[in-house]
Amino acid sequence: MNFKSTNNYVATEDLLIAVNGAVALEKPLLVKGEPGTGKTVLAHEIASSLGRPLIEWHIKSTTKAQQGLYEYDAVSRLRDSQLGHEEVNNIANYIKKGKLWDAFSSDELPILLIDEIDKADIEFPNDLLLELDRMEFHVYETGETVRAKLRPIVIITSNNEKELPDAFLRRCFFHYISFPEPEVMEQIVAVHYPDIKKKLVHEALTSFYDIREVPGLKKKPTTSELLDWIKLLMSEDIDPEALKMKEGKNIIPPLYGALLKNEQDVHLFEKLAFLNRKEQS
Amino acid sequence: MFTKFFYNLRNANIPVTLLEYLTLLKAVKLGLSEYKVNKFYYLARTCLVKDERNLDKFDLVFAKSFQGVEYYLNHQDFILDIPAEWLRSVAERVMTAEEMAEVKKRGGFEKLIEELQKRLNEQEKRHEGGSKWIGTGGTSPFGADGFNPEGIRIGQNTSHHSRALKVWDKRQYRDLDGGVEIGTRNMKLALRRLRNFARRGTPTELNLQQTIFNTARNGGLLDIEMQPERRNTIKVLILFDIGGSMDYHIKTCEELFSASKNEFKHLEYYYFHNCVYERLWRDNNRRHVNSSQTWDIIHTYGSDYKLIFVGDATMSPYEISYPGGSVEHWNDEPGKVWLERFLDKYQNSIWLNPVPINYWDTTPTIREIRRAMGGRMFPLTIEGLDDGMRELNH
Repeated sequence: MNFKSTNNYVATEDLLIAVNGAVALEKPLLVKGEPGTGKTVLAHEIASSLGRPLIEWHIKSTTKAQQGLYEYDAVSRLRDSQLGHEEVNNIANYIKKGKLWDAFSSDELPILLIDEIDKADIEFPNDLLLELDRMEFHVYETGETVRAKLRPIVIITSNNEKELPDAFLRRCFFHYISFPEPEVMEQIVAVHYPDIKKKLVHEALTSFYDIREVPGLKKKPTTSELLDWIKLLMSEDIDPEALKMKEGKNIIPPLYGALLKNEQDVHLFEKLAFLNRKEQS
Repeated sequence: MFTKFFYNLRNANIPVTLLEYLTLLKAVKLGLSEYKVNKFYYLARTCLVKDERNLDKFDLVFAKSFQGVEYYLNHQDFILDIPAEWLRSVAERVMTAEEMAEVKKRGGFEKLIEELQKRLNEQEKRHEGGSKWIGTGGTSPFGADGFNPEGIRIGQNTSHHSRALKVWDKRQYRDLDGGVEIGTRNMKLALRRLRNFARRGTPTELNLQQTIFNTARNGGLLDIEMQPERRNTIKVLILFDIGGSMDYHIKTCEELFSASKNEFKHLEYYYFHNCVYERLWRDNNRRHVNSSQTWDIIHTYGSDYKLIFVGDATMSPYEISYPGGSVEHWNDEPGKVWLERFLDKYQNSIWLNPVPINYWDTTPTIREIRRAMGGRMFPLTIEGLDDGMRELNH
């Protein structure tokens, strides 16, 4: 049972080792990296590559660790007691299972994705330490202890908005998805658009990496933006020649809206184009 | 097994623990590295490094600790196929003493740079071996991999010890090494002491007590009472000393600023230089154009704000006690008067000082400010911050 590059995901060697190591040693894998380098997609790909069910838990700023375990719906029970429902006698009817419970009780070894853990409160990772370590937790209302039948493969992603506590980090495997080199990027594009013209890919990638090199960009375009852009270029049937940055004429690439997401960045490019023209004349 | 490597990592200030080391050993025992150096490198990295800022340091330590090892591991099977490479690297290792003395003889570092420039101009094509041209191998002071005690290393990212590219030599994570030792996390935790919870805003939570009470009064029919969520309503006004002697403490202050910005919803900040006078400003670049009257600030923010001064309190005594003592402009009233006005308005106030506490007694103005603050001066460390927040909570 090994994770490999799939038909629609290119995994580098270091990523493979990190994933397979985490799977073999049953440790959570913490994935960080620039936005748009495929952190969340990774979990989907691991699930489909290993043929396992994927349980996704998306974290928001209001998410509490308890919600991942279970929630006790006291208000429903109170209301039902008024109406004299039968279920009221069994408190278990009002315990709502969280994502972690789902993962622990799954009959098939699941992949659990905890997405963007840094969005939550600063104490959130600490509250999950024991649960992720021992893969069990206690339900106070019913007095039962939920234990994982099979230790799920846990993938955690973070965007670095908050620092994670050391105790939490120590229990994880860590992988930083660095920005792909041009060769890897060509493979990635080929995987997504198998019938694209070689020439277009080459020109698009050249101008893409040139844009990333421009100093002072607020938000550098990333893989997912490149893929969107190439899709646009293909559907608009842009001539690869038009992408060449010839003598400052074309310093702003066509359909730049897919790459530059910030009006300051667009201004920066316009300024550069202006300076370039000035130099020419 | 890799104990030395482990301690090398610790010496390089990478926070690795025994638990992580044991995990690595277990992974190696399971055969995850397949006994190949590249795979071992990736495995060690994923087990031991938990922060991308440390990746570059890790690469350096790895290169140092496993120098030469990868040759044996990767080439045992290939030695017979590529004798030339094998011979060359052996030649490199068994250099004679005379040769070593010879390379030592060539001038100092500056001379090397000069030579380098000269030779770069002379050189026409790629070169390997020999003792003059820039290239790989050989004893010229320039180039990669060669033996020369004072040689200059030029971008050694391919190595002829192994055919494959050594990944840790690429040092692709160099940009991420911020050199930040303590993060803002500890500060945030200390700032959390300063909390004052209150319920304001839209009611989103069930008020159980009130619901039970209302229901009982309602003759048993359910009457649900909602209430707003509990939030931190503390208000904080921070005044930062900036410029001059504070330049040494700029990193700590930035960390404090980003930590408090995250922690407090109602945070106001202004800058001053050395001591507070009649004007404060928000944008240090435009301070002469865009500053605020101190009186306006005192009137704008109510006395329920907690006031924090951040400064080294290191200045000339005149800046505190005499009119016109400011180093930058003419001030009609001495800094001390302004400081007292602040303290009169804001009952809860502290001064955080980035200067280590054992130097406080040697600087007269620190003693003076501390007296003016009624002793409420705390060092800008995690413990000091902790104590300071406790004081502000009184």
